[in-house]
Amino acid sequence: MLNSVLDWAGILGTSPEMLGLFVGFGLVVGVLFGFFGMGGSFLVTPALLMLDYPAPVAVGSGMAFVFGTAVIATLKHHDLGQVDYKLGVIMITGTTIGIEAGRASVYYLESLGLAGGIISVAYVVLLGGVGAMVTRDAMKGDGGGGVDHEAADKDLDEYEIPEIAKKIQQTVRIPPMVTLRGDVRVSAWVITAVAFATGLLSGFLGVGGGFIRMPAMIYAIGVPVPVAVGTDLFEIVFSGGLGSYLYGQGGGVDLGIVAPLLFGSALGARIGSAATAVVDSDGIKIYFGGMLLIGAVAVGIGEIGSYIGSPALELLGLVLVIGAAVVVAFAILYTTVTSLRKTQRQGTAMAD
Amino acid sequence: MAGLEIPTWDPETALLIGAILLEAVVLYVGYGGFERLFQPYIMKLLIGGESNAQ
Repeated sequence: MLNSVLDWAGILGTSPEMLGLFVGFGLVVGVLFGFFGMGGSFLVTPALLMLDYPAPVAVGSGMAFVFGTAVIATLKHHDLGQVDYKLGVIMITGTTIGIEAGRASVYYLESLGLAGGIISVAYVVLLGGVGAMVTRDAMKGDGGGGVDHEAADKDLDEYEIPEIAKKIQQTVRIPPMVTLRGDVRVSAWVITAVAFATGLLSGFLGVGGGFIRMPAMIYAIGVPVPVAVGTDLFEIVFSGGLGSYLYGQGGGVDLGIVAPLLFGSALGARIGSAATAVVDSDGIKIYFGGMLLIGAVAVGIGEIGSYIGSPALELLGLVLVIGAAVVVAFAILYTTVTSLRKTQRQGTAMAD
Repeated sequence: MAGLEIPTWDPETALLIGAILLEAVVLYVGYGGFERLFQPYIMKLLIGGESNAQ
């Protein structure tokens, strides 16, 4: 009975080494996601591409993994009252159309034999761009990139709407206007446009799109940071679920990949999330930006290796992309344990 | 350009996505229970003493 269930799930078709690799990689991705609130998921698709999975399987399984991760994170944020369901429902509409357009593009490019190459190039540009932005902000010390954990603890009333969001709210006043949590009033069309653009990226790259959607919700729509985080996750449950379903219909979701990744990442996300209470994330953001930049270089190297038929370069690309994520995850764990021990020693010294 | 596709009902795919959803909920509940049960021991193991660092 168990064998037939595992066989149907495709898990028996995956070798024990690959299962171990996926659980371990899931753990690393989970630590990054739990700590930074973003970022881990978009390492999965390039890693699968470099492991020679076909583009629809790499993107479809990456998206199914994002779906599972979002379910777990939304359950947590719902308990904290940080989900704006009205904003979420409008976002879902725009994102659904965007995802479908992105997914159709992947299958079209696959039929031309161009999907793997173009998706990899898009990743190089995206990872490089976001990585450069996060690194620059981290070096400037203004805490850019990822979730600001200190900000996330403030009351919703204490948030100042960014200037650019105020300008958009004053300029684009096409009805219907919507009032969101934190007393934000914005045109439903602005929300739909943000949702479509990020949905297109989700469908094309198999990512949750949170690393673009969250800043977009904060800077284009003007919602408070915790609401942007919670609503984004709620929205990813639907967009990821629909995207996974559509890819699944085309045979693009491999449970032998998704199940072990999720098993590792659910544990990693708890560890990463707990670490935020102990470690100041600003110091580690620079590593995060560096990791994205290395990821971009790794995808580029892997793609060149595949183009010129050099397995050594393909392997180097894979080692770099996984290695960079592992190093940052270990940096988080090491800093957390060190901080805990330091606090423990200070506590003991004060008691003495 | 491939046309936009309206999702059609496919029980096997629905089961596949349902399995991922179920796994996610089970992991959330399971790891939550695991954390409550074993957190003091893990903290003791990590920081080598009573876990008053929280």
